Amino acid sequence: MDGMAPLPISPETGPQVVLEILYRLKVRDAMSSPVITSSPGDSMREVQYRMRDNSITGVPIVENGRLIGLVSMGLVIEALDSGRIGQKAGELMTRTVISLEDDMPLAFATTYFNRYKFGRFPVLDRDGRLVGIVCASDIIRALLVAMNKEVERLEERLAASAASDRPPDGLARLSFQVTRFDFENAGKASAEFKKALKGLGIDAAIVRRAAVASYELELNEVIHSDGGSISCLAGAGRIEVVAEDRGPGIPDVAAAMTEGFSTANEWIRSLGFGAGMGLPNAKRVSDEFAIDSGKGRGTLVRVVINY
Amino acid sequence: MLISELESSLGIGMEVAQGDYSDRELSTGYASDLLSDVMANAKADGVLVTVQAHKNAVAVASLVGLAAIVVCNSRPLPDDMISSARAEGVAVFRTPATAFEVSGRLWAGLRRP
Repeated sequence: MDGMAPLPISPETGPQVVLEILYRLKVRDAMSSPVITSSPGDSMREVQYRMRDNSITGVPIVENGRLIGLVSMGLVIEALDSGRIGQKAGELMTRTVISLEDDMPLAFATTYFNRYKFGRFPVLDRDGRLVGIVCASDIIRALLVAMNKEVERLEERLAASAASDRPPDGLARLSFQVTRFDFENAGKASAEFKKALKGLGIDAAIVRRAAVASYELELNEVIHSDGGSISCLAGAGRIEVVAEDRGPGIPDVAAAMTEGFSTANEWIRSLGFGAGMGLPNAKRVSDEFAIDSGKGRGTLVRVVINY
Repeated sequence: MLISELESSLGIGMEVAQGDYSDRELSTGYASDLLSDVMANAKADGVLVTVQAHKNAVAVASLVGLAAIVVCNSRPLPDDMISSARAEGVAVFRTPATAFEVSGRLWAGLRRP
């Protein structure tokens, strides 16, 4: 719980960012081009030399700009083995070539790699012309470049928002993402809030009230929500804790505010949660308490503690 | 009673599971397995008597300023509970005694002059 700077990519939504990149990038953004090819009349020996000279492991066979087959390293080895290395590539090439289209999302290409177990896929344009070739390392490279750009962009945005958003002196502003059922990190946000409030020199009893409210709201998000965030803004005699989640919402807010009412399941109760005291506790320690929720939408809870 | 005296003065088998804390006078105790209940009612510098042996209990103890946790019924203590208690400076003890017995002895001990 030491003061680590927040990651520009939330660990929670990180994979989502990667997926978005995979859908945004096209196969043409990752492929190697131009392609080193051979013609069907070339001998397997010539294809072998072409591989060696260019450090590649597969050569598409092209006739009149059209892809008609592919010779992989494996086929060259077989040809060497069986004494057919002098034979024409057009005779020994594989004709069942799976190709990709250049404007397919990169996400499609990754599923092709998983599905067909080939090391590389030729890339055709809309008119069926061979325009590139893509192997797994091309995709990884493209993804890394795109992710670096994304991180830079996020960092810039973060720096910009920190500059414009920085609270005046004597104020603390902190915000955390909360993930459903993440009991590992449950309470971390509240611990950071407590530390920051202490740092402002706020009375221990007040800090404790804020910690109780924030912990209950944080745990509610862990236990009941589809994930959300919790933030704390403090200064000028006022601590405001806001918990906002993405749903599924509380169908009966009045019931949820009743001590002892809980919808938590058995294993959550076995951890000592789900006693139906969360919201009532948060309200009891607060000077102001507001909750907005309903079935099928997010829940927003805002509490204020004056000091 | 100091935290360091807890082990000897209760007269029951107590094992120090996390002894990295700054010693201080214990004010009171609170026995509960409901963490929200602990949040709401436990007092600062008190001892939490519980069977909740996991790191969330440490988080709650730390947030309300509890000095020590006594885990009853010899419940196994996960490593991450001990390490987070160490990070937060919360003492953790483990005993085969029940929460009832620990609470009784603690109550008497804290009242002894």
